[in-house]
Formats: sequence, structure tokens, C-alpha cells
Amino acid sequence: MSKKKFNFDKQLLIPIAALVALVLFNLIVDPSFFKVTLGTNSSGNPVLNGYLITILDYGSELAILAIGMTLVTAASGGQDISVGAAIAISGSVILKVLCGSNTRPETLQAPIIVAFLVACVVSMLFGAFNGVLVAYFKIQPMVATLILFTAGRSIGAWINNNELPVISDESFTYFGGYIPGIPIPTPFLIAAVCVIVIMLVLKFTTLGLYTQSVGINGSSSRLNGINPEFVKFLTFVILGLCVAVTGLIKVSRLSTINYSVIAKDIEMDAILAVALGGNSLGGGKFNMMASVLGAYVIQFLTTTLYKMEVSASALPAYKAIVVILLVVLSTPVVRKKLDKLKRKLFAKKEVA
Amino acid sequence: MGDNNKKGGFSGWFARTSDTNLLLTITIVVFFVMYIGAMVFQGGGFLKPQTFLHILNNNGALIITACGMSLVMICGGIDISVGGVVALVSMSCAVYLDRDVLNPEKYAEKPGKIFVALLIALGIGLAFGVVQGFLVAYLEIQPFIVTLAGMFFARGMTTIVHTDPFNVSNEAFVKLKDTRVIVPGLGSVNRKGIYIDAYVEIGVLVALLVVIVLFALLRWVKLGRGFYAVGGNPQSALMLGVNVKRTKFLSHLICGLLAGLAGFVYFMHVGSGSPSHASGMEMNAIASSIIGGTMLTGGVGNIIGTLFGVLSLATIQNIVASAGLGEAWWTGITIAGMLCIFLVIQSVIIAKKKKLLTK
Repeated sequence: MSKKKFNFDKQLLIPIAALVALVLFNLIVDPSFFKVTLGTNSSGNPVLNGYLITILDYGSELAILAIGMTLVTAASGGQDISVGAAIAISGSVILKVLCGSNTRPETLQAPIIVAFLVACVVSMLFGAFNGVLVAYFKIQPMVATLILFTAGRSIGAWINNNELPVISDESFTYFGGYIPGIPIPTPFLIAAVCVIVIMLVLKFTTLGLYTQSVGINGSSSRLNGINPEFVKFLTFVILGLCVAVTGLIKVSRLSTINYSVIAKDIEMDAILAVALGGNSLGGGKFNMMASVLGAYVIQFLTTTLYKMEVSASALPAYKAIVVILLVVLSTPVVRKKLDKLKRKLFAKKEVA
Repeated sequence: MGDNNKKGGFSGWFARTSDTNLLLTITIVVFFVMYIGAMVFQGGGFLKPQTFLHILNNNGALIITACGMSLVMICGGIDISVGGVVALVSMSCAVYLDRDVLNPEKYAEKPGKIFVALLIALGIGLAFGVVQGFLVAYLEIQPFIVTLAGMFFARGMTTIVHTDPFNVSNEAFVKLKDTRVIVPGLGSVNRKGIYIDAYVEIGVLVALLVVIVLFALLRWVKLGRGFYAVGGNPQSALMLGVNVKRTKFLSHLICGLLAGLAGFVYFMHVGSGSPSHASGMEMNAIASSIIGGTMLTGGVGNIIGTLFGVLSLATIQNIVASAGLGEAWWTGITIAGMLCIFLVIQSVIIAKKKKLLTK
């Protein structure tokens, strides 16, 4: 138990260290980054404003995706690169159900909960499609999900006949904005619920244990009576559910959708969150809290870059450098070299 | 296993043929069936040789990137930065060639030279290849993560080099861009009864040259055989004395260099720089390699197959367009569908073969 506790702390250390570095950087450059004010939004509700709130708001989408991505990574040793495209599909489905045949309805054609449930089912079906390819046809996850990555946005446009439905109903904006009376952004609340649910599932079911054992060694877990194919399949379906939730938040923010831009490059951020959480991208052991924390750190980085007036299209270049640095530092080869260097330095000190 | 070698008929042939030849056969058959089907059922444009040459003209760059991609995939890796590199190269070359227009105070009357632009293109490609190859081969990071970062870096850099799309007006370049190589004997008579020569662009010749060189490299050169050995089983390759790390490094290096060359060919075809150029090209390159019979697991593949993979992909796009499904989304969906079918075929064939061999 004590050993397990030690590992847990050590893994959380990576995102926390990155977070501290970012906080320090912002404190030195401009302390007003941390100012949070209470204001009112356009519909007169009290809301919190500030860069930190932006981070909580937009980081939450990422945190929800990171939950599913962590499980997929742990079980299959690969990542799902189709999440952005799948969000376009689920968002499109939600709008289709809410709007019916009219693209600019005065009233909602169906309750929001129904639209959300339909989107859940559709997203889980697409997740299942990825899962079948990965688990039963044994295709590398990144390549199997390439299919949906290529087709997803096209399918999203196809569902709504390439029209852009707009929803005028105000209650729909609550999911990506603020519920009247609560000054905290709703996505953060949704993410909190998701995190609590997955923590309870991991605590009270064998999902976490099975996922890790399949990721570490599929054939030996089969010998122990686990069905590795089904576990892999299941993780992709769970990721589908996470995609549906994120899709709801994304379309609720705009009340409409832009098929080619919605959730663009979010797969990169989600994978990065998993990596930043110190989880091995080759599968096996994982730490859910570290991934979730990693997601907020990524958003912290993005917001910092935006504040320094880096344009949105140039952003990927800077992020790519951070990713490579992180991954290089976490590879076993480099770690070994660093350890050697450390020992050398210490040895020299002792001699001196 | 011994029995299978003597067995006649289809199952014997099936078990005896190497994976490479089997997948290559499937691809070539599919391509010819598709093209002849299009000739019979849609007729019209597909009957003209120029339609086929246009497929080549439009996909010269894709052929080169797909060849590089196949090389990396045969060696057991993957490179998804190629599309970004193509965009970065075309933007950099465009900015360099038009420097007298973009920056008149400094470079008035001194437009860029094509030779230097070509060097810039190859240099960018080589730089990407070297860095990614080093990270993958010597630091043992997953190729997908490295090249994903490479792709984002290239895309971001493209907008940093220049934000807006623009057409290049450099005279020497426009002349080069409009050069047409006439293919004798394939011309056709148009509606007014005037004979029009069939032509290909220079880029196509470059692409075909790349195909030939890589085919020879993979078939007869020690390094090329090393790619198959490393992709098939790195441990046994190591025991046979192949330098696994260097082979992996070289595969990424060649792929990067080819991406740079493809960027220049793409630039010669479109004649402009834009951050949105070649979007999704990496996916098309991977798709063509897979359709062409290159296995993702490494060790199996053929450059000729890749050429046919590109042609199949382009043909199906042409069929979709001429069948009246003009909406943009059909292209994405058909490519994904085709990719899916071929991936499943690969997976099923390999599983079946394993069963036959172990029987």
C-alpha cells in the first residue's frame, strides 16, 4: 500500500510541476493573469470572469475527453485520433434532433435530453466501430481511427445536409455557458460530474484493473480469464460517450456548428493531456486524476499563449515544441542518460 | 507447411504467394476492374487518354509522398507530417520566389531563383526527416507522436512564414509551371475537330522517376532489403547484423526528403502558397499505401502497389465526381470507406494465411 501511494504521488508530480512552471511564468510576465472578477453576462446573470475561469471553462471539455482517452490508451496502447471528427458528428446529431427538418426553428422540436441521448447512442456506435476494428481486426488504433478521422466531418455535414442549423432557445446555451444563478461555468460542473462518476466506476468495478492488465500483457490476461478484445472494445465505447458529452458542450457554446472547424486539433490536446499526466502512451498503468489535471494544464498553456497574442493558426507550432520536449524528457532512453548524468555529478561532489 | 508448397489450385497458390505479391495482385486487379468499369458504365471522359493523364497530373505530389510513406511503413513506422511539410514547402518557396513583390524595398528587381527554391524545398524536407528520424530511431519515441507533432509544427510554421494565400508571379517559375510534356500518340480530337496533344506535367515525370528509383532501392540494394527486415522483425534483423536504428533513421530521412520534393512538385502544380494547401494529404498518402498493399505492421509492401493505390484513390474520386455526387463530403466518405475495406481485407487475409500455414 505504501508503495502504491508513492507511485501515485510521483505520477501526479509531472502535471503539477508543469502547472507550477506555467503559474510562475505568468506571475512574472503579468500578474493580472490571475485576476477573477464577478460580472454579469448579456442575459443579466452573475458570472465570473478572468483568464483562470476561461481555463476552467475550456479545459473541462478536454478533461472529459482525457478520461476516455486515458482508458483507450491504457487498454490498446494506441490513441484515438478521431475524437475531433466524432465531436462534429455528435454535435450535428444533437442539432438535427433539436431542429427537425427546419434549420431555424422558433421552438425546440425535441427535449434537449432526448437529443443528447440520441447523440450518446450515435457516438457510442462510432466508438464501437473503432473498437471492432482495433480489438477484433487487430488494426493499430491510430490507423483504425484514421478512417473516422477522414470521414467524420464529412458525415457530420451529411447528417444536416451541409446546412448550419441555429438554435434560438436560451436553455440550450446553459450547457456551454452559465446556468442562471450559478456563476461557475457549466462545462466545469459537467466535467466534475464525469470525473466523480469515472472515479466511482474505477473504485467499485474491475474496469481499471482489467484495462491495465490488458494493456500490460493481453495474452497473459486472457490466460487469467479476461477477454482482452472485449475490454479494448469497451474502452472505445466509453470514449464515444465522452465524445457525446463534449459534443453537447461544443454545440451549446455556439448554438450552431461549423463542421470543418468544430473541435479541430482537439485529439492532439487530448493525447497530450494523457502524456502530460505521466501515463505511458504504450499502454498499461494509468492514473486518471493525472490525466484530468494534465488536461487543465494544456488549457493553461493554450490560454497563456493566446494572452501573449500568438495567433490561433500559429498556435500548433508552439504546442508541438512543448509536446516534443515533454515526450523526449519522458522516454526511457533519455531518462537513463539523465540518471547517469545525475549520478556522475553526485559522484564528483563526493570526491570533492 | 511443406504440403502447401506442393498443393495446386487456388489454396496452394494462396498459401505460397508472399504477402507482398498477394496484396499487390489484389490492388492491381481492383484498379483495372474499377477503371474499366468506369469506362463501360460512365464512358465519356474515362475513354480519353487525357483523363488518365490528368489523374497523374493532379496527383504527382501524392505519388511522391505516398512512396515515402510506404518506405516508412515497410520499415514499421509511420509519418503523418508529410502534408504539413508539403504546405510549408510550397509556402516557403512561394514567399522566396516572390520576394521582390512581397518586400520591394529590399529585393526590388531581384526575384528568387528556381534552383534556390528547390534547395529550400529539399532542405526543409531533409530537416524534418533528420529530426523526426533521430527522435524515432535513437530516442525510441513512437513515430506517430513524433510525426503528429511534426505535422502541427509544420502547419503552424506555414502561417508564421506567411498568413494569407497568394499566387506566385515569378516569371521563370510561371514558365516552368506551364511547361507541358507532350505524350505522342495519345492525343484526341475535340468537338471542333482540332487535334489536341495529350500532355503531362514535369512533376509527373519526377514522380515516376522517384517510383523507379525507390523500386530499385527496395528490390536490389542492401539498404532497401534492410527496410523489409527491420519492419518484419527488428530482433531477427538485429541478429542478422542489420543496423536497426540507422535503418529506421534513414527511412524517416528519405521520407522527409521525399516530402520536401513532393512539396516542390505540388507547388509547381498549383503555383501558389497557402496554409490550407495539401490538407489531409498525409491521410491520402497513408490510404494509398494501404490500398497499395503496404502492411501497417511493417515488412510487407511494394512501391508499384503504392502507385496503383494512388491511381485507385484518384479514380474513385473521379468516379464519385462524375456520378453526380458532387457534394464535398462524398469524397471523404468514399476514401474512408475504401480504406476501411482494404484494412479489413488485409487483416482477414493475414489471419487466414496464418491458419493455412500452421495447419
